[in-house]
Amino acid sequence: MTPRCDDTVLAGDGWTQVLRQGEHLRIVDLEGNQAVDTLFYDAHDHRDRYDAMRTIRQGGNLYLTTGAVLRGSSGRPLLTIVDDTCGRHDTVGGACSCESNQVRYSLDKLHMHSCRDTFLLLGARHGLGKRDLAANVNFFMNVPVTPEGGLSFADGVSGPGHHVELRAERDVLVVVSNCPQLNNPCNGWNPTPVRMLVFTP
Amino acid sequence: MTDYDHAETLHPGQGWSRILPRHHTLTLSDPSGRASVALFAFRADQPLERYNMSDTLKAQHTAFLTAGRVLMSDMGHVLLSITADSCGWHDTLSGHQDAEESLAAYGPGTYQTLRNQRHRNTRDNALVEFAKHGLGLRDLHANVNLFTKVVVEASGAVRFVPGHAAGAAITLRAEMPVLVVLSNTPHPLNPAPTYDPPAVELTIHRVPPPGLDDPCRISRPENGRAFAKTEALP
Repeated sequence: MTPRCDDTVLAGDGWTQVLRQGEHLRIVDLEGNQAVDTLFYDAHDHRDRYDAMRTIRQGGNLYLTTGAVLRGSSGRPLLTIVDDTCGRHDTVGGACSCESNQVRYSLDKLHMHSCRDTFLLLGARHGLGKRDLAANVNFFMNVPVTPEGGLSFADGVSGPGHHVELRAERDVLVVVSNCPQLNNPCNGWNPTPVRMLVFTP
Repeated sequence: MTDYDHAETLHPGQGWSRILPRHHTLTLSDPSGRASVALFAFRADQPLERYNMSDTLKAQHTAFLTAGRVLMSDMGHVLLSITADSCGWHDTLSGHQDAEESLAAYGPGTYQTLRNQRHRNTRDNALVEFAKHGLGLRDLHANVNLFTKVVVEASGAVRFVPGHAAGAAITLRAEMPVLVVLSNTPHPLNPAPTYDPPAVELTIHRVPPPGLDDPCRISRPENGRAFAKTEALP
């Protein structure tokens, strides 16, 4: 198979595509431990967007891996994870933003590049604004929650060449921020490129 | 600023919304010990800014909320501080039930057969209250489920933990004018077979601004910075 789309997204850059129903999206963590912050929307009704809470409660698990059904806020599936060599992806940690960097690290971090800025810029192409930014998926990112309710940003569980592959269950708009965060280990302290492949198997 | 005390009953199934002025508290108490109340929060004068689950949890290194913690907005501000809590755990991860899930859990509960004991669901209640303030489906994001404990096992499995003490109460203090939307409707993971949300009591009081030693401010350095950003607002 020849992919319809084979793009390398450089560290800190964004990427957006509309997947047709039945197409697969494979994301390759080229150098390892790179968080890929990703939003999904029904391509024909952006209000029906990826719903992390519903995906967690209906899937019964906090972490996403092969077999997980990523649901929209309507309850209908948007995509299914069909292959995963990493084993665990986060959907609670959200996207970094200038403002949350101030809170988390220091008030003087406002100027730093962030995923939410990439989402806002790419979203504007599709008529999306801040109201449309829901809790996202962080592919290759590890945010363990303990039974006592502790939550931390741990070092990545991924490594060079790991990939995750999703099947679109309907036409789906994808908006990606290849995370530029330098203040925590979510990118192994060194943001790196990822590869995005779209193909029909 | 209005100086008032207010008391009201949140009836079973009821949706509710009100702008809580800065430095006023909203206390919810559950005489029954089995309530679950969904809470949504927006900056009242700029509702594009709203409670952000991820930013709240990662800044405070927690998956749940209790006294000393705060609900942060997507702009790094404190919307609501939890100044008292006898419950100990409020769920942030499970979201809310819609009509389809309610029907699957409890069967039909229409107005035609049940009148005002009909089965209302959180999503529809939220959309009704949102619309009263010019908000809609695009504004429907993660909520907090007050009085509900959901734990995450080592495997990642999520588990509803039933029961808290009868008379449990939580008090939230607004750190800016906050639009609070509540829905007294069943938690989506509650395995109880019947639709039976209990009444919850609400009270509102004016309180002093948080001091420099306020427990919510000093519980983490992240909270201190979020308070500083909030208090720097015009």
